Amino acid sequence: MSSATRATEVSTGWRPAEVREVVSETPSAATLVLDVPGWPGHRAGQHVDLRLTAEDGYQATRSYSIASAPEDVHVAITVERLDDGEVSPYLVEVARPGDLLELRGPVGGWFVWRAADGGPLFLVAGGSGLVPLMAMLRHRARTGSDAEARLLLSARSEEDVLYADELRELVEPAITYTRFPPAGWNGYARRVDRAMLAEAGLPPGDRPRVFVCGPTGFVEGVARELVALGHDPSRIRTERFGATGG
Amino acid sequence: MDELRLDGNAAAGLLAEVFAAEATAALVRCASCGAEGAVATVQVYAHAPGTVLRCPGCDAVIMRFARIRGELVADLRGIGRLSF
Repeated sequence: MSSATRATEVSTGWRPAEVREVVSETPSAATLVLDVPGWPGHRAGQHVDLRLTAEDGYQATRSYSIASAPEDVHVAITVERLDDGEVSPYLVEVARPGDLLELRGPVGGWFVWRAADGGPLFLVAGGSGLVPLMAMLRHRARTGSDAEARLLLSARSEEDVLYADELRELVEPAITYTRFPPAGWNGYARRVDRAMLAEAGLPPGDRPRVFVCGPTGFVEGVARELVALGHDPSRIRTERFGATGG
Repeated sequence: MDELRLDGNAAAGLLAEVFAAEATAALVRCASCGAEGAVATVQVYAHAPGTVLRCPGCDAVIMRFARIRGELVADLRGIGRLSF
């Protein structure tokens, strides 16, 4: 073993994580509750890298946002299945309690919110971009934070909404259904636009901390409109996820 | 192609292999155009063999990482300055 190889192995920080529970969230997403011995704790908004190794040694690494609050006993991630993905179909459909995964993290230190940072908070989620924002809402609830919070969620249909019941206990969500609004729905049924951000959000004058997470096109469109509305770009934090892996 | 472009958040785990301090919250200055912003905000292309971080202002390569025979190789020539 060369010294370079040894250094890499020491510094990468992979550790075993055991699947404790798999909770089906929607037809295409599941939450994995994990036991991670030695977990150092995390901040809401951070993520973990998961690594799967095939029998032939082939490895695939993917990044998943942490859904649980720092105060929760177990680390939970929510995974959306991408049909042509290498990792997500396994995590959503095959993983069972007792399975061992390799995990590294928590990682990331920019797209994070601590109750001590204060509010108000304006959270904008596209699809499973809700996951890190849910960690923030859970953290806000667990700490008894009095930071005002608004959430605007873009979902394709009602059955695609993650954590639907719990979400309504944590915040009064504004939801737009972009593909299949429920029968009789008289709320938003279009892509997020400037008027919706103005109506469902907080005014720029309140200087909210804005967190936007979703697919790349969604995030960039929303960020552009927020700036056009007069939000301070330095208070807008964005996280893009894409179809690069799954 | 848009959906293949991510941001620096997606490289947090990789950067944690290289830097002792959390790097996505660090400020990076592009050596090419001088624009400065959080590492979390740069463009990341992770679908290529290896991972490429590009300046959102001028598209110049800021950092490039590849795993070659088990070794992580970093090309950091595009960094003008990195402040933690």
